[in-house]
Amino acid sequence: MKTNLGILSSRIRVEEKLLIKEARNRSDIKLSVVDPRKIIWDLSDFDDLDVLIDREISQSRAYHVMEMLDSGPVKLINDFDTVKICGDKVLTSLLLEREGVPTPDFRVAFDKQSALVAVENIGYPAVLKPVDGSWGRMVVKINDRESAEAILEHKSYLDSRYHSVYYIQKFVETGNKDIRAFLIGDDVVGAAYRKSDHWVTNAARGGKSRPYQVKKDLIDILAKTNQAVGGGVLAVDLLESSHGLVVNEINPCMEFKESMKVIDGDIPARVIDYAVQQVKIQKEVERLNV
Amino acid sequence: MVNCPECGTKIELAKDTIQNEIIDCPTCGLELEVVSLDPPQVELAPEEEEDWGE
Repeated sequence: MKTNLGILSSRIRVEEKLLIKEARNRSDIKLSVVDPRKIIWDLSDFDDLDVLIDREISQSRAYHVMEMLDSGPVKLINDFDTVKICGDKVLTSLLLEREGVPTPDFRVAFDKQSALVAVENIGYPAVLKPVDGSWGRMVVKINDRESAEAILEHKSYLDSRYHSVYYIQKFVETGNKDIRAFLIGDDVVGAAYRKSDHWVTNAARGGKSRPYQVKKDLIDILAKTNQAVGGGVLAVDLLESSHGLVVNEINPCMEFKESMKVIDGDIPARVIDYAVQQVKIQKEVERLNV
Repeated sequence: MVNCPECGTKIELAKDTIQNEIIDCPTCGLELEVVSLDPPQVELAPEEEEDWGE
């Protein structure tokens, strides 16, 4: 029997194309590409699907589609709870800290004056990030009090509701590099350094991948991370601090085009394998519960 | 064959092109979205929005 697999995406980039090609090449999969721009919500639109992989570039669209399908018959990759946690840096940091996963020291404030106190409290340099941002967008390093006052003043005039939340991290000096690790289920499929001329190392901002040797410290911290946020298909960004690895951010709709240049794992194949396996597990659980 | 809506360059779509795929115009470099395969049609791809990401 074929697995009815959906890919939620409005923008077919290299990653989505690889996943689509992988799914199309398998005789045991019936593929549907769901463009959320075309959805006029009716839950029956998803009646035929066994599993839906979120590859939607708009985090708002992805969030609400996954929210509406949550607890329904369609297996979601990733689960809505995981999407919700990883899409919110405050929630991510809270859960990582609660579960004892090393992560940069952080503060949250809701007013520019208290945010200034928070920055001074955490120490310079500090990093100010939007709670729900991505690709290094609007991420700033604050080096001193004068910069803090100017940046917080500017941020206070931004009108999105998320800019009224000040998420502040302790800056971790890494020599302009971080590590992107790929977790699929319980498996670490691979990891790569991202290096840049700038302290922001996102691939979207020009960070280039370099080989990274996966060792026990990475496997151990990823296992705890998986437990903290619920697991699934995740790209975990880590920093090499003077005290060892720390988890910086977790991406539930991961980009892997750049990292694939230096890692051996076949990420598209592993993602599709995982989706099919999750459907089998879900059907087996349903059968046993009948 | 499609024309870039910005600079008019004629672009041959690859055989494995997928609906909604993003391609770059080889002349002006703009991102184009393949909005139809049959007949082949492209439009300027949507610009980055604040909630885009991974």
